[in-house]
Amino acid sequence: MSAQPLHYEPASQFKARSREALQDAKLRANFRGAMEFLRGKRRAQFPDADELEHLRDLGEAIRKHALANLPELLEQLEDKLNANGVQVHWAETPDEANAIIEAIARRRQATRVIKGKSMASEEIELNDYLAARGITCVESDMGEYVVQLAHEKPSHIVMPAIHKTKGDIAELFHKEIPDTPYTEDVDALIQIGRKTLRRMFAEADIGISGVNFAIAETGTLGLVENEGNGRLSTTVPDTHIAIMGIEKVIAKLEHAIPLASLLTRSATGQAITTYFNLISGPRRPGELDGPREVHLVLMDNGRTQAYEDEEIRATLQCIRCGACMNHCPVYARLGGHAYGTVYPGPIGQILSPHLLGLEASRDLPTASTLCGACAEVCPVRIPIPQLLIRLRTEAQRNPGEHVAHRLRGQGASYSFGEQLVWQFWTGAYAHPALHRVFRWLATRLRALTPSKQMGWTRYRTPLKPAPQSLHDLIRQRR
Amino acid sequence: MSARDSILGKLRSARGPVTASPVPEVRAWYGNPPIAERAQLIAQMRANLETAHAELIVATPDAWPGQLALRLASGGVKRLLMNSGTPEAAQLAIALKDIEVLSFDRPIEAWKRELFDNVDAGFTVVDGAVAETGALIIRSGPTMPRTVSLVPPIHVALVRAGSIQPRLIDAAVAGAWAQNLPTNLVTISGPSKTADIQQTTAYGAHGPRELIVVVVAEELQ
Repeated sequence: MSAQPLHYEPASQFKARSREALQDAKLRANFRGAMEFLRGKRRAQFPDADELEHLRDLGEAIRKHALANLPELLEQLEDKLNANGVQVHWAETPDEANAIIEAIARRRQATRVIKGKSMASEEIELNDYLAARGITCVESDMGEYVVQLAHEKPSHIVMPAIHKTKGDIAELFHKEIPDTPYTEDVDALIQIGRKTLRRMFAEADIGISGVNFAIAETGTLGLVENEGNGRLSTTVPDTHIAIMGIEKVIAKLEHAIPLASLLTRSATGQAITTYFNLISGPRRPGELDGPREVHLVLMDNGRTQAYEDEEIRATLQCIRCGACMNHCPVYARLGGHAYGTVYPGPIGQILSPHLLGLEASRDLPTASTLCGACAEVCPVRIPIPQLLIRLRTEAQRNPGEHVAHRLRGQGASYSFGEQLVWQFWTGAYAHPALHRVFRWLATRLRALTPSKQMGWTRYRTPLKPAPQSLHDLIRQRR
Repeated sequence: MSARDSILGKLRSARGPVTASPVPEVRAWYGNPPIAERAQLIAQMRANLETAHAELIVATPDAWPGQLALRLASGGVKRLLMNSGTPEAAQLAIALKDIEVLSFDRPIEAWKRELFDNVDAGFTVVDGAVAETGALIIRSGPTMPRTVSLVPPIHVALVRAGSIQPRLIDAAVAGAWAQNLPTNLVTISGPSKTADIQQTTAYGAHGPRELIVVVVAEELQ
């Protein structure tokens, strides 16, 4: 595979890209079909509304408890993992995480890496980083493999290639994999992927995976998956490196059970995934397989900022099921790529500002109708609309204002002119005399209102003051 | 300052002193295991596994080796890998005709290529099962390598009927998982699959294409 550098598009070009996406009829049809499919699958898993609500209460309580004890749980996790023979590394930034992984690869003299699905590794653009240093990193999740082969990025956190049809993939395989005939038969396509990747599992020096949850009391990494690529990546190569955000730790093993149930039912509408995999250490003496070295990279990358503010901390409850995007009317129409972020959709809109800063992501929190569907389906009850409003406020806040928890990029959307207009507006409504003058002027000078009013008139008729104000009309009725 | 100290320091100063928050009681939430007859549990397992495209055979302790040997022969299995150290593996080996039995007696590095290319099926005696989801529970160990249930294209799992629990939480409690996890505990609920191409489910993604489950029960219903 050619090492072509891939980067996420800047989130700052979100508006331009969403206009493009809306014009793409094929993309919209693909997403519409996929979203309806996933919503139906989820609905079928929760026939009992009471059970769902009680389970969500439990899921929320588990995640909140974990966050309330986060530093202690991370220390406990580290202790237990060390006792189990797993080496723990800490990274504040993507660069640090990449450097840690590269150093392990160098020490193991590794040149071939096979990867299970990991969104955390997408955050640090690990594949490109390693490729630039002569280490080949092949994605083994079928969807991720397709996306990597096409030199693209995932458009959904659970189903990375959801924007592609089987025809697209048939063409891609035919073009990119030697000696592959064109076929749109999905079974045949999967067997092509299986055959191509099987050799790589056997030959890889290192397997890299994500983590769905890390259990502090036992020092265990939990992974859920259907394909078996996660198990192969974490079992067959001599070294396994797992990477996760610091928020994914939970206190107890029994907490993993309801969380896994919420995760798989919300994400893909499965009562349980084919594999529910609990890894508690490298191969022990007497065992005949399993990696001889296991590493865990604990990554911050903006999460501590989200943690600082008690309201915003709820962002970190997320278990990455993707239900919020599946139910979002904006995501369903734009698809994942328009966002330009690793995490698209509602969760991406509230998480990305901490990963990237508000300068780069200031338009994301505005791409919502605040309909509340995301919060209604969230298995751990993250109040996403409330957090979107909060982030809009932070983006509009005066950059010079001192607040208790300053977000990176505070005031990214702040405009002096706009603030002036609002200040005048507030003043006019606070002072009756001023308001009378404003009313008199507005009703008399209405003919002077411009016919083009920036974004407003793109889809709407221009705003024009009425000939008589409401105050005057009421006065006449008396 | 190390990244570790910096991250932990930020978290501590953001949160302040830890306040005693009650640990969510998962066991209490789920309550006692539902009371179910063994036959009911087996029927529930069958329904779930068949929905997941697995095959389930219920057989008596005397009859299962012969039945399974026939099934494997008709499925074209020529080389069968076993996890050693169980009486069931020995029983099956005797019943097999024209099927070569391989035992996992060397570290994987010594025969990785052969394991990936030249083994038709893997046989495991599992540690338990869950009726509610049809999940099989496998604990890794010296006599239970992780790859037997993963690399060969067919996975054959033997379940002792008495080891079936109603729900995953019951299996975790009964097995005291929190106190004695192996290096790898995995639950398996069907053949490997994916829906990554246009939401169309395809089986045999990277793990086994077929899962054959044999439930050994004293009394057949």
